[in-house]
Amino acid sequence: MVTVTNLHKRFGSQKVLNGLNLETHLPGIIAVLGPNGSGKTTLIKSLLGMVIPQKGEIAVNGKEIRRQSDYRKEIDYLPQIANFPGNLTVKELIGMIKDLRGKPARDKELIAFFGIESFLDKKLSKLSGGTRQKVNIVLCFMFDSPLIILDEPTSGLDPASLIKLRELLQKEKAAGKTIIITSHIMNFVEETADRILFLLEGVIYFNGSITELKTQTGQDDLEHAIAQILT
Amino acid sequence: MFKILKYSFFDLFRSRWSFVYFFFYLLLGLVLLFLNNDLSNAIITLMNVIIVLVPLIGTIFGIMYFYNSREFTELLLAQPIARKHIFLGQYLGVAISLALSLVLGLGIPFIIYGLFESSAIWDFFSLLVVGSFLTFIFTALSFGIALRFENKIKGFGMAILMWLFLAIIYDGIFLLLLMYFQEYPLEDFALAASVLNPIDLSRTLILLKLDISALLGYTGAVFKSFFGTTKGSIISFGVLLAWVILPIWGMLRLASKKDF
Repeated sequence: MVTVTNLHKRFGSQKVLNGLNLETHLPGIIAVLGPNGSGKTTLIKSLLGMVIPQKGEIAVNGKEIRRQSDYRKEIDYLPQIANFPGNLTVKELIGMIKDLRGKPARDKELIAFFGIESFLDKKLSKLSGGTRQKVNIVLCFMFDSPLIILDEPTSGLDPASLIKLRELLQKEKAAGKTIIITSHIMNFVEETADRILFLLEGVIYFNGSITELKTQTGQDDLEHAIAQILT
Repeated sequence: MFKILKYSFFDLFRSRWSFVYFFFYLLLGLVLLFLNNDLSNAIITLMNVIIVLVPLIGTIFGIMYFYNSREFTELLLAQPIARKHIFLGQYLGVAISLALSLVLGLGIPFIIYGLFESSAIWDFFSLLVVGSFLTFIFTALSFGIALRFENKIKGFGMAILMWLFLAIIYDGIFLLLLMYFQEYPLEDFALAASVLNPIDLSRTLILLKLDISALLGYTGAVFKSFFGTTKGSIISFGVLLAWVILPIWGMLRLASKKDF
């Protein structure tokens, strides 16, 4: 679904992506890992057209995305920091995004699933970090798109919501979707991901399953395997 | 684009500031009319206020709105909407709501006063048109500045400087040049310099409309003979339009290259 060829991006003098190549074909959950500043968010934002690379091509569903916007109909995105216009209520925000997308949404089902009915009439600026993240998740998943991109979905969630998120991800995966996740919680990655992409110095350093990563590094647990790559 | 425009417009419409701005003009219009008791005088006073204040408000509102709605913008960028439409929609939302505050705020007291029976209706109308043009021009310029500068303080500073330059410093330099080269025939230079700055151009257009160009001496006569013709009106209108279109074009260009 997503093909990235020779992607280069620098911010000023700082090179972030350095000729990155990537291909995802099969549905399933792909975890993008890497140390801070390795270009995970830049890669994700390039896929969404929010960051404009200096060089390289990105194609989603076989179509080049440069200067396009329609391809985003097929993508659901969860931003890393859930900043919303503070003067809107949760209900207004959901209504607005639904209106902008003009597509049927399953917001009610997800609101009930995450138990945020009582917050619907509250202003977004009054919500706690965890609740805001739940709203963020509802906004992201409500359109049922075939490609889902999640930037740090676990941040601020309590254990009960984390279990729900995991449950939701499994359901989406079973529905044949491709899900790209970045996370620093190895536990979460180990339980959900089918494939690991490890970014280092702007290229993909490792691309394979968790078992492959463990055998390659000779470690039995993911956290140590990752640490092994970095040393 | 129209959906974005709608949301930006209503967002501003619900905010206190556009009401403050609206009531300010309402009050200004009422006070001027009922103190002056004369439409033409009120229009001249209003012109002096509008020519400086409208650009300032457009600049400040534009830059504040842009920085404050950054989160909303980022949310929109991930949706299937073209960048061009996002920024154009937000810009039009701000500019239209500001222009509406101006037109309604001033229009209501003038209508109450009996504008429609007066011969000053066209002078008043051109005042509102010029004010709306200035709103669109300076909102576009401030959006461009906000896109160019990530740092809010820097962006705010640059926007104020831009306003200060066009509203005050430009005139200062212009005057100095006129004094320095007073031995030379300067009419063409004066004409060109006034046409190129949107604030000066607006002022000249209204002054000429009010038929007080005699106050401007010989230059006034030259101006009158230029702006009075069809060619002159077309050129000045074209320049005002260019001052709207070029900043919008620049803003969209900056937006298309920016990383979020």
